[in-house]
Amino acid sequence: MQEKTEIDGKGYWRAVLRLTLSLLVIWFLVSYGAGILFRDFLDQVRIGGAPLGFWFAQNGAIYVFVALIFYYCWAMGRLERKFGLKG
Amino acid sequence: MMDQDFWTYFFVVLTFGLYIGIAIWARAGSTQDFYVAGHDVHPTVNGMATAADWMSAASFLSMAGLIAFLGYGGSVYLMGWTGGFVLLALLLAPFLREFGKFTVPDFVGDRYYSTTARVIAVVCTLFISFTYIAGQMKGVGVAFSGFLGVPFEWGIGIGMVIVFIYAVLGGMKGVTYTQVAQYVVMIFAYTVPAIFISLIITGNAIPQLGFISNVRGDEISMLDKLNNVVTGLGFGAYTETSKSKLDVFAITGALMFGTAGLPHVIVRFFTVRSAKAARYSAGWALVFIALLYTTAPAVGAFARLNFIDTVNEATYIEDGENYEESAAAIVADGGKPVPLWYKDWEKTGLLSYEDLNGDGIMQYRGPNAPDGLENELSPSNDIFVLANPQIAQLPGWVVGLMVAGGLAAALSTAAGLLMVISSAVSHDLCRKTLFKDMNDKTELRVARGAAASAVFAAGLLGIFSSQLGFVAQVVAFAFGLAAASLFPTIFLGIFWKRMNREGAIASMLFGLVSTFSYIVYFKFLDMDPTHWFLGVSPEGIGFVFMLGSIAVGMAVSMMSPAPPQEILDIVEDIRVPGLRQALSAEPDGAAH
Repeated sequence: MQEKTEIDGKGYWRAVLRLTLSLLVIWFLVSYGAGILFRDFLDQVRIGGAPLGFWFAQNGAIYVFVALIFYYCWAMGRLERKFGLKG
Repeated sequence: MMDQDFWTYFFVVLTFGLYIGIAIWARAGSTQDFYVAGHDVHPTVNGMATAADWMSAASFLSMAGLIAFLGYGGSVYLMGWTGGFVLLALLLAPFLREFGKFTVPDFVGDRYYSTTARVIAVVCTLFISFTYIAGQMKGVGVAFSGFLGVPFEWGIGIGMVIVFIYAVLGGMKGVTYTQVAQYVVMIFAYTVPAIFISLIITGNAIPQLGFISNVRGDEISMLDKLNNVVTGLGFGAYTETSKSKLDVFAITGALMFGTAGLPHVIVRFFTVRSAKAARYSAGWALVFIALLYTTAPAVGAFARLNFIDTVNEATYIEDGENYEESAAAIVADGGKPVPLWYKDWEKTGLLSYEDLNGDGIMQYRGPNAPDGLENELSPSNDIFVLANPQIAQLPGWVVGLMVAGGLAAALSTAAGLLMVISSAVSHDLCRKTLFKDMNDKTELRVARGAAASAVFAAGLLGIFSSQLGFVAQVVAFAFGLAAASLFPTIFLGIFWKRMNREGAIASMLFGLVSTFSYIVYFKFLDMDPTHWFLGVSPEGIGFVFMLGSIAVGMAVSMMSPAPPQEILDIVEDIRVPGLRQALSAEPDGAAH
């Protein structure tokens, strides 16, 4: 597989780090943010019969976590294709 | 109860037979089969196995009850034990899979070109896994003694034999496929009663929606009603907590990073074919876990409401009385008789009532009861999940299924931990450290022997720890240690090339010693919360020391020589898949 040596490893890794960091920001915001730090503020709003901050802490954050991982899988696949890496 | 006993035996024998059948079908032929199921498990299948591996007796039996009592304070478990999978998927699992080895100490030893680092990682792994497995074996003993009337030690003994058969024979391959079966048993047992309870209380069949709905036939939301009811009895509001924000933050952090650093969870991602499969597998694992974890807070809230509704202010019926007759008499007097499920479960000791004011009526009160009455009831955390089928008036077979589900949760986690313990001993300690010329066949024999001894050690620990009753405390150890010792070293090993041998050793030792001392000190020697460092409880301290451990690792690395070029190349290869053809694609042995 010598022909693969011209892969732009540095560019790929920078893109991976950017993706990872932005997803971790969301991860932080929905759990530590919405569920703990800003929950009193969010509790002014209600989702159905539950205060929003409380709901994020007990249910909402988990849904976002699942979505984050699958988005990551999809985005990493796209990056690997873009940089010509094996899947 | 006759009918229930029959169904309990029926499901327990049926599921145990199934697990043994799977073990015989999935016998391991090589160390690769034994450690990582041949690197050949489908991502979705592995996700399901990981979910069973991860969800222990505590998740299945205790968590909903814990949330029922803690209310908002229980959120730390929900966010912590799920958010860790995001960290696993984004920061660890795919890279460790790309590295292509067998165990967590394997990665630490190779990445940090050091046998010392490998041995320290083995110590961390064994310590974490043994504290964790003791709780599982205890859970098996409790399930057997509580439901089938089998003595506690015998219950543990039966659990040991079952795990022995499929873990020692099948290795990771046997464990993987039994875990899949165990997941199905456990999720079915958990969600069926939850759906019926949700219907009874809110009229909505989906517990996650019932959680945010109104009470059936009323204009008030279920959570508002719960808040009114509990504060009326002198408890804190359900949607609030007495813990400080900082402590809630730290505990959530320790559980999240601890989850990501638990060896028995990480190693599950070594069983799939590629880094890409490891990423998808983490996603599927969280889907399967979320099914139970988003149901749990609903079950907790419903159960608390239902418990107060049916038991508080009920007239007690003594054991000697004929329940039907006495209940009818109480109803005729305009009173509320104690529910039948309560009487059934009272025998297990999970519920107790002491008539302090001698009025024969059961008062359930919090510490600040407005009517000044004393609390007479003490339900245990586990009762809510266990009694759910009866509270929802489901047939006897559902209770039997529940017991099989609880056993599945405990056994699947115990088996995953056993695999980690045995591979740490046979692979990292024996083959890679002590007897480097050992061949594959001998290693497999040693691995089986190590798994067998670990089963016995775990059983003894389960019996021993139940006598001391400190299982709940030591769980804080497992997460705190995983967060502060293993997570920083693995994470920096991938994301910071400059991290070297000296830094890794210093970081692991710092995390291990600091977390260990803090927990031992504040759990056993000085129980005064006002002395806590920054007000962080022993449960949350792993998060603080994890940050410390990262700082120590980086500082020591900068003060000592950079890692050799070949290590820098390995890190490059882990980060960018496809650059390293020889190492990642090769099955075993030759490429080491």
